[in-house]
Amino acid sequence: METLYVICVGVVTFCGVFLCLRGRTFSVVVGLTMLSYAVNLFLFSSGRLSLRGSAILGTTENYADPLPQALVLTAIVIGFAMIAFVVILSMRARADLGNDLVDGRDHPDTEKKVQAARGKQ
Amino acid sequence: MSLFWITAIMLGGVLVPLLTERFGRTAVTICTMIAPAVALTYVISLTPTVLDGITVVERLSWIPSVGLDLSMRLDGLALMFSLLILGIGLLIIIYARYYLSEREAVGRFFAYLMLFMSAMLSIVLANNVLQLWMAWELTSISSFLLISFWASKTESRKGARMALTVTGAGGLALLAGLLLISDIVGSYDLGVILASGDTIRDHALYPIALTLVLLGAFTKSAQFPFHFWLPHAMAAPTPVSAYLHSATMVKAGIFLLARFYPVLAGTSMWFLIVTTAGLITLVMGAYVAMFKHDLKGLLAYSTVSHLGLIVLLLGLDTKLATVAALFHIMNHAIFKASLFMAAGVVDHETGTRDMRKLSGLWPYLPHTATLAMIASASMAGVPLFNGFLSKEMFFAESLHQETLGYLSWMIPVLATLGGIFAVAYSLRFVHDVFFGGEPEDLPKTPHEPPRYMKVPIEILAALCLLVGIFPSFMVGDLLASAASVVIVGNLPYYSLSVWHGFNLPLLMSVIAIVGGLIVYFYRNEVYRFQFQFRESDAKLVFEGVIQRITAGATRVQEYIDNGSLQRYMALLLLFTIVLTTVPLIDLEISTVIPPDQPVTGVEIVAGIILCLSAIGTVIFHRKRMFSLILLSVVGLVVSVAFARFSAPDLALTQLAVEVVTVILLMLALYFLPQKTLIESAPSRVVRDLAIAAAIGGIVATVNYAFITQPLDSISDYFIANSKTGGGGTNAVNVILVDFRGLDTLGEILVLGIAAIGIFKLLAGIRLSMTNADENGLPWSKDVHPPILIMISQSLLPLALLVSFYIFLRGHNMPGGGFIAGLITSVALIQQYVAHGVDWIKPRLKVDYQSLIAWGILIAAVTGVGSWFFDRPFLTSWFDYFDIPLIGEIELTSALIFDLGVYLTVVGATLLILANLGKLTSVRYRPTMEE
Repeated sequence: METLYVICVGVVTFCGVFLCLRGRTFSVVVGLTMLSYAVNLFLFSSGRLSLRGSAILGTTENYADPLPQALVLTAIVIGFAMIAFVVILSMRARADLGNDLVDGRDHPDTEKKVQAARGKQ
Repeated sequence: MSLFWITAIMLGGVLVPLLTERFGRTAVTICTMIAPAVALTYVISLTPTVLDGITVVERLSWIPSVGLDLSMRLDGLALMFSLLILGIGLLIIIYARYYLSEREAVGRFFAYLMLFMSAMLSIVLANNVLQLWMAWELTSISSFLLISFWASKTESRKGARMALTVTGAGGLALLAGLLLISDIVGSYDLGVILASGDTIRDHALYPIALTLVLLGAFTKSAQFPFHFWLPHAMAAPTPVSAYLHSATMVKAGIFLLARFYPVLAGTSMWFLIVTTAGLITLVMGAYVAMFKHDLKGLLAYSTVSHLGLIVLLLGLDTKLATVAALFHIMNHAIFKASLFMAAGVVDHETGTRDMRKLSGLWPYLPHTATLAMIASASMAGVPLFNGFLSKEMFFAESLHQETLGYLSWMIPVLATLGGIFAVAYSLRFVHDVFFGGEPEDLPKTPHEPPRYMKVPIEILAALCLLVGIFPSFMVGDLLASAASVVIVGNLPYYSLSVWHGFNLPLLMSVIAIVGGLIVYFYRNEVYRFQFQFRESDAKLVFEGVIQRITAGATRVQEYIDNGSLQRYMALLLLFTIVLTTVPLIDLEISTVIPPDQPVTGVEIVAGIILCLSAIGTVIFHRKRMFSLILLSVVGLVVSVAFARFSAPDLALTQLAVEVVTVILLMLALYFLPQKTLIESAPSRVVRDLAIAAAIGGIVATVNYAFITQPLDSISDYFIANSKTGGGGTNAVNVILVDFRGLDTLGEILVLGIAAIGIFKLLAGIRLSMTNADENGLPWSKDVHPPILIMISQSLLPLALLVSFYIFLRGHNMPGGGFIAGLITSVALIQQYVAHGVDWIKPRLKVDYQSLIAWGILIAAVTGVGSWFFDRPFLTSWFDYFDIPLIGEIELTSALIFDLGVYLTVVGATLLILANLGKLTSVRYRPTMEE
């Protein structure tokens, strides 16, 4: 079980990192989402994998570790907020710059759009 | 009174000139002198105590646990320096009053000067090495302000910058050296350090510590090869030069050498480095000084040369050489300060410092000329003047040392050579300026300066003579006291007197004087020889080096910070790989790895689905919609995994967040291109695959490494106290709202901030959108399908009821504010999807921003509430009540806290999605893309 679990974590990390290295905002957002799955699974497993042991008092003999669960629970919510922020930021970047590239190169139409946006303000 | 008052008074004195500037120049001068005068009086009152061999030490505990104290120390060495700093400082203040013109900001000048004086005093009085270093840096900074006082001149700015760069860099080296020494000894206290010389010298790190400390000292004291900043610091007003280059600034390096002499000296490494640097500096400085046409330039190189002499004396392996070094520190301070002031008078009265223009000033400035001649004689080492005595001791000691083994004879020879040059340039200083025919073409007609401008020079010139004729009466005790601090063991026998009989040192003095006369007589031939060499300007070289460093740094920065997120990520990840692989290789593979728990077929299938959909997301990432669907499969399997591994709360949260995330990304996709063009070169893809594979492998390895270790968790405490302390049986929820409630409060705050940030980002956004999907099919005309409307509308009450139930039971069963909030959000978002923003808006009049604000407020107020019961922040309260018909129920303050969490989550999620969704409504509908 443990081996299977870490292989899955590794594969999801791999996919997340690869997508984060692409040059378009949407791929980066998808990559970040994927990475946050991997990180949550990773953190969660620090409490070990226990079956039928939910940390509800009185329901079982061997309780699962509740602390990583509590940490990951808030991490999921915060992760959502972060991804939402990045996705809106990339929309804003596209609206203001005219493209959705994050490769750092200068794009001729970018400059024009930026100047037009500044002129309007 | 206490030693701390000296620093306090001096620092207070910094403000005095600024406050009294408006009362006129004389008033400000007198007021400024009060602080140093009081400090000087106090130091003099302590002199008998110190001369009796007592070291005055005072301490103020600051952070005793890490050995940080404010601590002051007045011993013989500190006393000698304090007297020089304060005494000459007072004279400089008087002199500057007349030197600076009426247009100049006298108050600011005096404030800088006082700051510098305080810093210098703090160096010599420090009893804690960190304190010493702080003061050391303060002298660098305040000298920068002083040198650049005439900031409108380029040379002032450049000179000041060069001084700051060189001495500041040295200061950093010094800090490292001092920290090393403190680490070896285990204390920052100077007293402790001075008592552990053997420990330091025997330590393996001694060579490094010594090198670092010497770097600090040599840069400050302008030793070769760091001497070049000093002549450029001559762009400062002359009072500053007179002060910085006689008694203070450059002497700080010498002070440091003397201060650490008992612990660092005594090894062949010390003798070799210090002697060599001193010897080169001595001869080179004296030689160059002869060719400087600028009065201050001559004095600057002469200062470099004399500093080299003192350093050389500290590097010779005889005790008497050390005494001579201390003696020469005093003598040099006295005659050099007066010479600078005399040069300043000449400059002030004639308008030039160029010796090619100056000549025959004797009839115009007889008084100043006499004083300058006394000081120059002292500088040249003429008998009956104080410079002669220490130079004579120097010659004597150069004969008695064996520092360079068989090559030790070079030292007296080169010393004599330096002496010849010194006589020659001293002669030039006097003869070229005051004699040699009528002056021509002077910018101003010279006449004697104001009476009181000459008083400081007179006092110093008198001291030159008095010390020169009655040395042991004037400074004998002070010198002995200072020497006893520096020299370990008994003081050697020495006699401070003018006449020691006919001996070799006297012969060397005679050679120096006669040789100097000859060199000066044939000076034109010497000049002709020298001027065939092209002079290299240290300033240009320095600026060039600085520019090359800046250009290199810019290139590195441009490579790293080129605006490409891809590059940032790649560099960051590569760095992570490097950082993690090393410890992973060193990690020992535990011999006993417990066997895996058995795997069932369901788990294998789930794992395969997870991996396949993750990889599919990557493969199809250019087809954005499709990859998004695959991504949601990954999220779904993750939430199933949480459910499988005993985390029902997480499974519920993940599921709800998954829904919200996918809706959000689909909405975003509406405004983004539907396809990604192929842009990455194959090599780039391979590189990224390699990086991703390495990171994935590392993460999996680390995960496997800890997942197979026995669990030793602090969570037993939470489980044991969940019911009794927090009043709930769901330990996860109790941790969230009770044990770690403050963390949760912080997290909902972050959530709220992110939502408001998004709200701001969406304000005034001008979007364009496509009118067809990736395959060119136009969007459906049926924007709000009736079946969806019917179902979602009828589901709404049910969903709200479920979320209410989940919220209430959260304390004891899986659920709670986070999950309930997400379920409510999903239910409401479904209404938005089904009906559109325009339909919802008049029906759901909730301001999501205030919802966030209320949520955070409720959570915070619940926390504060526990203060009213004298409990720490966020202590929860609970009790059980028996209500007829319903039965026993539990009421808890944590529920109110959870309500805050609930409201914030609902507010944040809807603020994000509703605002984004609003952009698709009729009112905001953006222009279509072609």
